[in-house]
Amino acid sequence: MQLQLSAEDEKFRDEMRTFFTTEVSQEIRTTVAEGRELTKEQIVESQQTLNKAGLAVPHWPEEYGGRGWSDLQRHIWNEEMQAACVPIPLAFNASMIGPVIAQFGSQEQKDEFLPKTANLDIWWSQGFSEPDAGSDLAGLRTTAVKDGDDYIVNGQKTWTTLGQYGDWIFTLVRTDPEVKKQAGISMLLIDMRSEGLEVRPIELIDGGHEVNEVWFTDVRVPAKNLVGEENSGWTQAKFLLGNERVGVAPVGSTKRVLARAKELGAELVKDDPLLRARIIELENELLALELTALRVVAHSEGGEPHPASSVLKLKGTELQQAVSELVVDLGGPDTLASGEEGDTESWYRRSTPTYLNLRKASIYGGSNEVQRQIISRTILGL
Amino acid sequence: MDFTYDDEQDALRDAVRGLIGKAYGDYEKRRQTTKEDPGFDEKVWTQLAEMGLLGLPFSEEDGGVGAGPVEIGIVCQELGRVIAPEPYLSSVVLAGGLVSAVGTPEQRQEILGALSAGESVLAFAHAEPGARWSDSASAVTASQDGDSWTVSGTKDPVLHGARADVLVVSAALPDGGTGLFVVQGADAQAEGFSTYDGGRAARVTFDATAATPLGTAGADVTASIAIVHDITRIMAANQSLGAMETLLAQTTDYLKSRKQFGVTLNTFQALTFRAADMYTSQELTHSLVDWATMVVAAGKPEEVADAAARVGLQVSRGGRHIGQEAIQLHGGIGMTAEYSVGMYTAHLTALDHLLGDAGRHLKVLDATLEEHGVIDPLDRS
Repeated sequence: MQLQLSAEDEKFRDEMRTFFTTEVSQEIRTTVAEGRELTKEQIVESQQTLNKAGLAVPHWPEEYGGRGWSDLQRHIWNEEMQAACVPIPLAFNASMIGPVIAQFGSQEQKDEFLPKTANLDIWWSQGFSEPDAGSDLAGLRTTAVKDGDDYIVNGQKTWTTLGQYGDWIFTLVRTDPEVKKQAGISMLLIDMRSEGLEVRPIELIDGGHEVNEVWFTDVRVPAKNLVGEENSGWTQAKFLLGNERVGVAPVGSTKRVLARAKELGAELVKDDPLLRARIIELENELLALELTALRVVAHSEGGEPHPASSVLKLKGTELQQAVSELVVDLGGPDTLASGEEGDTESWYRRSTPTYLNLRKASIYGGSNEVQRQIISRTILGL
Repeated sequence: MDFTYDDEQDALRDAVRGLIGKAYGDYEKRRQTTKEDPGFDEKVWTQLAEMGLLGLPFSEEDGGVGAGPVEIGIVCQELGRVIAPEPYLSSVVLAGGLVSAVGTPEQRQEILGALSAGESVLAFAHAEPGARWSDSASAVTASQDGDSWTVSGTKDPVLHGARADVLVVSAALPDGGTGLFVVQGADAQAEGFSTYDGGRAARVTFDATAATPLGTAGADVTASIAIVHDITRIMAANQSLGAMETLLAQTTDYLKSRKQFGVTLNTFQALTFRAADMYTSQELTHSLVDWATMVVAAGKPEEVADAAARVGLQVSRGGRHIGQEAIQLHGGIGMTAEYSVGMYTAHLTALDHLLGDAGRHLKVLDATLEEHGVIDPLDRS
């Protein structure tokens, strides 16, 4: 048991901190700090800055840009990035399809996609959920039928986040309707400019356009875009969803928002014991969460994940939501006002859309009910 | 940064678990032991001494082992796991900790030597009715006559005060501040009683009772009391964690075996989800307990005070959550004295109120809220 970082990790942390606070565009970092929406161009620019320095996909195999870091180093990288208001690399590329192609893809797919995926030259979208396949993902119904060297895809995907920016979409499709539902699924990579593919926006409760429906009508997809074997898609889906041990809980960004809430709300907080107690409780729970993440990364070197990793998503999203709720309450009636005068006013004005938007956090990536199911079944054996 | 035990620490945990698990692994043994005075098993106390555990925190010159807070935390977790009634926390960690922090070399050797050998039980007579977790004394006062000192007033509750061979007594000094004194147990008037968790405490009255200053006569040692209180809070948190882990394990076992409506209770998601939330509370608590214990090892008093309040807040919240849910998920059986979970919850409640509950810890943390932007758990000495 030892609290301090090793000299090597301390040095690593300093290097990360220096890079993130000096090399990434100040304008992008300010946008994040103020909780404003990033443009597509800003997200791309930020990831390309990271990629140029070898900091976009450190967890990938080394031949495709990975760095061979320890889980603790990846944790430090992730936390320092969030603390510095640097947008984390696009999850669809860096955390989802990249590792899947590296693990299961053909050599041709690796060569074709991985460099562009790391550099965000290709913007990937996720085509997993369907109107009738949410938490029960294996119930998906979009079909892919072999026709010569192609598959013909028909069906509908939904909740495709930032699909309006997507160049390619990785999908789970049903290639065998006759077998047990998990056994008839394949993963197909589909060019979003294909004929018969249509992206339709879904307006959300925050008034924004973040997610989409993606419709497929006789979309022709070359069979070489199949990842792994036909009907092995469930294996890849499980790998993709269970791949992550680092950065599962959004600790760094939530800490940052809470610190800003304290700063901008200082006058109000100063004399209000109820608000103060609420902030202290949140800070303490975030500390417990961060330490749990550290326990997990310090433990999981190479072996099975630490069982406590299962609480990270559950608690991390709850705290992310609770902090956003605090900000709305600090704003009070100012959240309804029209002013954009100062930092504080405009921040409060954006706080309710953010709060509403973050309700998604306990729904996506395996809803928190799914997380409780995992804990009670897998960890507690219930 | 490392959250794992080394081989020696693993061996220590296994040894303590072996000894104490044998004594109290069967809850009925704990129940029977706490029915009779002194409320713990003298043989087990002797075995703890023989294993070197009673001298664990003290230097070798003082008759101890010179182990660190991680080792003491391991012992406390294992004691908590079976809610062993032996006065480890109150006698070794708290009273012994004060002698170690404040006593003269001669006092340390004599008192801690006897404590480490299992020959003497110590108690810290400090709490005063209504004083609510103060680091100083006020109702009990010290008087000086030449080189002689006496103390007068009432302390209540004094954990294991009736059984104690030696009392470490805090008293308001004639010139202000709080001093510590050594009083022989036989010289004080102690009315012992059972606490609601099967423990023992006493109301101890001093009436111009002869007292020997611990350390420098007349010195204000409030700061030392505060530090030892904080370390004790963190060790109490270790003990609470052990109890919480048992509560959750008992509850999951029960959900798997108890049948209603022809099926085991784990068939009902309303119940398993609540068990999952208990696990979340347990793991968050575990993380803070490990961290706070390491902060003690790093040794800066102001950081230890902060860590004690942070872990205390989490333990208070988590302990209540897990204790209350353990009883609820057991149903009626959880309400009975014969079954363990109710007593575990009572013990967690006692530990929660021993040196400060969530309210106290919030107040401590309130004072420093503006001193940091974000909290960096690794940015400690």
